[in-house]
Amino acid sequence: MTVLEPLPDERALPAQIVDLCNSRWRGEIVARLDDGAGICRIESRPEQLPQLWEWLGRDIGYAFATLIVEESPGTGTLLLYVFYKDAPSPWVYVEVRLDLHARAVPSVSGLVNGPSADWHEREVEDLFGLTFEGHPRLGEFVLHEDWPDGVNPMRRSFDARQRFAPPEPNAKWQPPTIVVAPGSFAMPIGPVFSDFAESAHFLLETVGEDVIHTIPRFFYKYRGMEKIAEGQAVDRVLLLAERFSGTSAFAHAMGFCQAVEAILGIEVPPRARALRMAIAELERLRHHAGAITGICNSTALAVATSQTALIEEDLLRLSCEIARHRYLFGLVSPGGLSYDLSDELCRHLAEAVAGVAVRLGGLDQMLRYSSSFLDRLEEVGIISTEVAVSYGLVGPIARASGIKRDIRKLRPYAAYDAIDFSVPIEQEGDGYARLRVLFREAEQSASIIRQVLMSLPEGEISAGRAAWRAGGALAAVEAPLGAAFHWVRLHEDGTVARYRVTPPSFTNWHGFHLAAENFAFQDFPIILASFGLSNAECDR
Amino acid sequence: MANWVLRGLRTGIRTTAYPQRAELAPGVSPGRPRGAPVTAAQECDALVARCPAGAIMRRENGVAIDYRNCIHCFRCDKAVAGSGVPWDAGYEWAAYPAETDAALRRLERAFGRSLHIRFVDAGACGACMSEARQINNPYYNMHRLGFFITPTPRNADILLVAGPVSDAMRLPLRKTYEAMPTPKRVVAIGVCAISGGVFGPSFASSGGVAGIIPVDVVVPGCPPPPLAILHALLLVAERKPPSSLTGPPPEQTDAAGRS
Repeated sequence: MTVLEPLPDERALPAQIVDLCNSRWRGEIVARLDDGAGICRIESRPEQLPQLWEWLGRDIGYAFATLIVEESPGTGTLLLYVFYKDAPSPWVYVEVRLDLHARAVPSVSGLVNGPSADWHEREVEDLFGLTFEGHPRLGEFVLHEDWPDGVNPMRRSFDARQRFAPPEPNAKWQPPTIVVAPGSFAMPIGPVFSDFAESAHFLLETVGEDVIHTIPRFFYKYRGMEKIAEGQAVDRVLLLAERFSGTSAFAHAMGFCQAVEAILGIEVPPRARALRMAIAELERLRHHAGAITGICNSTALAVATSQTALIEEDLLRLSCEIARHRYLFGLVSPGGLSYDLSDELCRHLAEAVAGVAVRLGGLDQMLRYSSSFLDRLEEVGIISTEVAVSYGLVGPIARASGIKRDIRKLRPYAAYDAIDFSVPIEQEGDGYARLRVLFREAEQSASIIRQVLMSLPEGEISAGRAAWRAGGALAAVEAPLGAAFHWVRLHEDGTVARYRVTPPSFTNWHGFHLAAENFAFQDFPIILASFGLSNAECDR
Repeated sequence: MANWVLRGLRTGIRTTAYPQRAELAPGVSPGRPRGAPVTAAQECDALVARCPAGAIMRRENGVAIDYRNCIHCFRCDKAVAGSGVPWDAGYEWAAYPAETDAALRRLERAFGRSLHIRFVDAGACGACMSEARQINNPYYNMHRLGFFITPTPRNADILLVAGPVSDAMRLPLRKTYEAMPTPKRVVAIGVCAISGGVFGPSFASSGGVAGIIPVDVVVPGCPPPPLAILHALLLVAERKPPSSLTGPPPEQTDAAGRS
């Protein structure tokens, strides 16, 4: 099997990319290097965007991270297309400025790697009312069809404090269908499920036993969190950051804190950086144990489900003992951690995690020899490497499809550059590959926790607060489900002017329909479980 | 060939003794603050100001806690922040909403102490759902208490709802409720489902389940631990007494009102 290498080995050094850009466009597009922050800023007119997009993605191997929209009163709109690649290549920010009355940008979703921007464009169209010319399918994405046209909640003119109360959803709504064949019918699933499951709607188009394809519909859980955050103090927004996805709370709260720290120029003390890693890996370990439980449950392997559920609950209890809260809420704060962990707690954490790693390893061995279980997972829900590259997928799902993409290695934060760990890769991209990646990553997380606690630096746990200052910064963290990008802009008084999160579930749900094509009906829960994504995180 | 049966037997019984005996294992609950006598008015105001969720209320003889708003941020925790109010361990948090008359909520004997449950995620962050899912794991095992998840609302006695009710979930929530046969009971789990929590009432969500369908039992917590959710189910089946929604300062506390 040939493997596409999405991130080529030849690394564009910070100065090189500026020269490359300036020589290629002969001064028509100007790149400049913001050396301190490691950012290459390229100013682009709207019509130049497609060329730049293709050059960055196809020619120099950059991956698209996120699209940030900033509306400034009186001057117009700024669209910030953010691209990333492994260090020391700089971040690339492509800045497209629109005049006050311009509301259209060319769409890039039809270009090479364009699908990675597809959902971003649809979201911006809904929430900001901008149009992406050439996009085949705008409208009714975040805001469902009952939401009135022309009301765009992320615009400055929209007051979030007013209860907007759109009209009652239309009870007669029917999802559109595509398949036309004798005997074909559509099977709707959700948004309410028969078990404990998050709200989303899946329309399975089928001609009998075989499902031709799946049309997902998300954003049932849109809580407008990014809008609610505006105008609130950092301490208050931190509570929101913890609740994008309760099962990845620490990672997102850390992303938010890192962005605030970058704006204010806070240097986090070494002990806090180390402990942040230990806790983030504890969260990843618990999250993966939960995801493995979900996969075992979807195949109705009852004893394995119980065994992994015991591990998940043990890790929840361990989190509560270490950090007071079972989902690690309230521990991280801008500048470091809210409180220190005693040596005794650290020893307890190290011992408990070592025990869990042994138990997980034993279950891994047993699952490998459970042929009835493997039959359900192998060659089910396949995501090819090409698709994963083109959709810009992240996290365990991308890594199970042969893409070595991990923010902890690409853009090391906390102190991950000082830790010895590997990023497990599988090639097949099926349910079993994703399960193996989860097991290997859980192993690595346990190893990182051990390393961190063996050489835990002494000293302060928080740098305290610096003076408030206006500014914006982007932070990237590897959440349990993959790369999360947190863009924060603060006012001078320390209130949040703009908060934009690109969570891994948003990125990865976009590729889900490609894994749910041409499969037997009974495999649907297995494909869903092997993705293990969070709708709360996606919908925000 | 992996021998799962042997593995299961070797693990033995891990299930909690709750509700016959209290569960004392560490880490089953994050705990929550309790009201405290604070004499200095200034200190009182500082505590009220410190709470980002508006859960600390000033009383004549100290501060009381409104559990409908408390999100366990630990910012008032004496043990963490150095000053503040003491925290209780415990998990029996389920209570009747203030306006409900308990006598009206009594379930008929027809239920036979066994209840079937339907769950709706109405925009929760995922932590409440994760905790609700845990009541099915071997540690908590709700089946032994006669509680079962049902695949259809037509068979459901109890509707568990988490989340502040996002706009798109209003209709599915109402349709699920209407599809359930009477008598039926609604349990709102987590502060989001009670008061909107950090999401509040906003342009995109209703700020709680009660604005959409009638609520019979609430479980405060962010998220409420599995044992608190079990307590709510036992409360609906009248096998456990309710807790209180406020934690007043000690002088006014009656023993039954606190967990």
